[in-house]
Amino acid sequence: MPETDLLTLEDLSVRYDVDPPVDAVRHVSLALRRGEILGLAGESGCGKTTLAYAIQRLLKPPAVITSGRTVFHDESGLDVDVNSLGARELRDFRWDKVSMVFQGAMNSLNPVTSIGAQLGDVFEQHRPGMSRRERDREAGDLLDLVQVGRDRLRSYPHELSGGMRQRVMIAMALALTPQLMIMDEPTTALDVLVQREILQQISELRERFGFSVIFITHDLPLLLEISDRIAVMLAGEIVELDTPERIYSDPQHPYTRRLLGSFPSLTGERGAFLRTGEQEVVR
Amino acid sequence: MSVLELANVTKRYRVRGAGELLALDDVSLTLSSGRTIALVGQSGSGKSTIAKIVTQLETPTSGSVLLDGEPIPRRGAGLRAYRQRVRMVFQDPYASLNPYHSIRHHLERPLLLHRVVPRAEVDEEVLRLLDRVRLSRDLVDRHPHELSGGQRQRIAIARALASRPALLVADEPVSMLDVSIRLGVLSLLADLQRESGLGVLYITHDLATARHFSDEIMVLNRGVVVEHGPADDVILRPQHEYTRRLRDASPDPDARFAGRGLARAERSPR
Amino acid sequence: MRLFLRRAAFYLFTAWAAITINFFLPRMMKGDPITAYLARNQGKVSPDAIQSLQILFGLDNPKPIWQQYVEYWGLLLRGDLGISLSKGLAPVSQVIADALPWTLGLVGVATVISFFLGTGIGTLIGWRRGSRADAVVPVATFFSTIPYFWIGLIIIALFSTTLKWFPASHAFSRELTPALSWPFVGDVVYHAVLPAFTIVLTSLGGWILGMRNMMITVLDEDYITVAQAKGLSPRRVMVGYAARNAVLPQLSSFALSLGFIVGGTLIMEMIFSYPGLGLRLFEATLAKDYPLMQGMFLVITLSVLVANILADVAHAILDPRTRQEAA
Repeated sequence: MPETDLLTLEDLSVRYDVDPPVDAVRHVSLALRRGEILGLAGESGCGKTTLAYAIQRLLKPPAVITSGRTVFHDESGLDVDVNSLGARELRDFRWDKVSMVFQGAMNSLNPVTSIGAQLGDVFEQHRPGMSRRERDREAGDLLDLVQVGRDRLRSYPHELSGGMRQRVMIAMALALTPQLMIMDEPTTALDVLVQREILQQISELRERFGFSVIFITHDLPLLLEISDRIAVMLAGEIVELDTPERIYSDPQHPYTRRLLGSFPSLTGERGAFLRTGEQEVVR
Repeated sequence: MSVLELANVTKRYRVRGAGELLALDDVSLTLSSGRTIALVGQSGSGKSTIAKIVTQLETPTSGSVLLDGEPIPRRGAGLRAYRQRVRMVFQDPYASLNPYHSIRHHLERPLLLHRVVPRAEVDEEVLRLLDRVRLSRDLVDRHPHELSGGQRQRIAIARALASRPALLVADEPVSMLDVSIRLGVLSLLADLQRESGLGVLYITHDLATARHFSDEIMVLNRGVVVEHGPADDVILRPQHEYTRRLRDASPDPDARFAGRGLARAERSPR
Repeated sequence: MRLFLRRAAFYLFTAWAAITINFFLPRMMKGDPITAYLARNQGKVSPDAIQSLQILFGLDNPKPIWQQYVEYWGLLLRGDLGISLSKGLAPVSQVIADALPWTLGLVGVATVISFFLGTGIGTLIGWRRGSRADAVVPVATFFSTIPYFWIGLIIIALFSTTLKWFPASHAFSRELTPALSWPFVGDVVYHAVLPAFTIVLTSLGGWILGMRNMMITVLDEDYITVAQAKGLSPRRVMVGYAARNAVLPQLSSFALSLGFIVGGTLIMEMIFSYPGLGLRLFEATLAKDYPLMQGMFLVITLSVLVANILADVAHAILDPRTRQEAA
């Protein structure tokens, strides 16, 4: 009987070995539940992307994991200690169990090969038994699923709009029906209308496939709408972890309050603070 | 009291190999001292084109641009006087300041160019500008790379204010800044606007800050103004389908939680 | 398609410009070595030859300039480039045609080998940056900075004079007559080994470094991280994602260097007495053999143009982004 937690992070720390060294992630402990959407909120430099990479062991020098464990509780009942996987096992683990939608799909797709080929090579690598035709069919199904359309199988990344490219990234992340999808600012560069469509899509797909999501963004209002829980990250640490309701109405940490206060209300009361002025000197 | 008017402005661009691009289609807007107008649009809506036309980086294909009733001067002393009165703050705080020059240099130039104060008072005026944008006077001899994004944007604002303009165009002034400092910069702009009676054109894609920061909102969709009215009216009671879709697509936790009887936590002073 | 037509038009225009400049240049030169030559060698030159020389060089020509220009084009289209003053009055086109296969063969093959070998090594080194493989870089740089003639002479001294493994000069043994037979071909290859080896040795460094640097740039791109996150094997990422992108500028360089093959590698040809175009051009310059020089310049210019076209085509095939009009 698989436990309710999908991923356990114990005291995870990452340091950039530069001069002076930077502790990008500090003693992060977290338990992600199966089927949960966890929002990871923070501004640039807080370590959220580093954390996402650390979970998949995608960090490159000078970044190095200095402490902690990442344990993945597979649905088969097996516990996987990600940091102790060998090279081959790690490659098998990636994308199959945990996949990622990267920030800025502009540069996340190989510019010289077709969309179909980039979707297909996931199958070539992880499902070597599939024939060319089967791969194309699967890839086409995925494109239909995210509403890009299988007729785009032979298209190249530059022929698609930003929104479509991001959808292709989502389709690619879904390819092996992973148990966890990590999304790093997946809608930031997109129009608010396209963003809403894509969020809708992610929601539907999650209903259908039941994967967990770690959704990384600085847009707290967005997380308040879609997350089951929200983790607020500041300078490498998680300073608050709670439900959206609690974070919205009763945030504990001053930074959470500050972050919350940075987003004026769209339809609520028109706060007076913007018009009354503040007297601070910024150094 | 100054009034900048765009009357029936249309802008077409010729695109190589793809015919023409209609960036603006019969757009009219009036920007007057003491008021803030927000121009809201997504990418490709034409809002940057309007900024370029107002700052004379582009000329309209048809229609007119008037300052205080007169067509805006495009050359010589007249153009210089125009630039003194209509200033711009750009989106990218990392690109709008020259990395080789000190802050002092950046702020001196408009003062000298437009002869805002006598030569002897320039140094003092530079420091006063720093005060106005609530930056420490110590920064005056630093260089841009030593400053944070938020500080740089405040310098850009100071530079715009140096010539004592009547109108300010702010093109996405905070979208490249960290979230928690955005409101600080926007409220600075609001204060400065009140203090100096500036007219501000606030160009953004973000509805929430548009609503809070401006008196009027104009919604642009593919070069056409689809809605124009007082800020609260446009957001709370949109008339046009597109505006409604924009509003519904924007995250709105207050609306969501209000239904559950939850109120947003007190905002702490920053 | 429109892109292709526009490019084709551009190249045609460039070719026309080159040929036209070729027409005007000798007419702008002071002094007239050709007339002097003809004066000295009255009886030996046939009237046809004199006429074509007149058209090519505008000697003593009472005809109006535009008519000369038209006749010039006529000559070129017939393949008549005049006669070589220093090569026993043989037609220039023949002199070039005789030397061309040697140059294309040797230098062409050597360049191709150098490119593929260098690119392959560069890919591996770039992929393994930061490891011991980086040691290849200073070695490659060293070899590419050594003056060619020095390497050539050392190689000859070592492999030919001392070890007597390979001949030191010429394209083939004097005793054999050129024919398309195995012994002859074998002999040609035997003679070509040392010169080709020296060319590869000195040019390899450039290709290695070029590819390595491009690999390092490309490896910083996001799509490489994505490829690794997908769990793809290192080989697949290195070849299909990294090298595939990094090779694009290399290809342009390669195509361009193909264009310059026609000029031959002068020093190599001098050292090995290899009967290529480079040597011929050099000799023509010494002998003030203008018709031959001009003919060769024209051939070199046109082949560089062709190489450019090939580079464009290769780029369009390999980089789908160039197939689109820039918006």
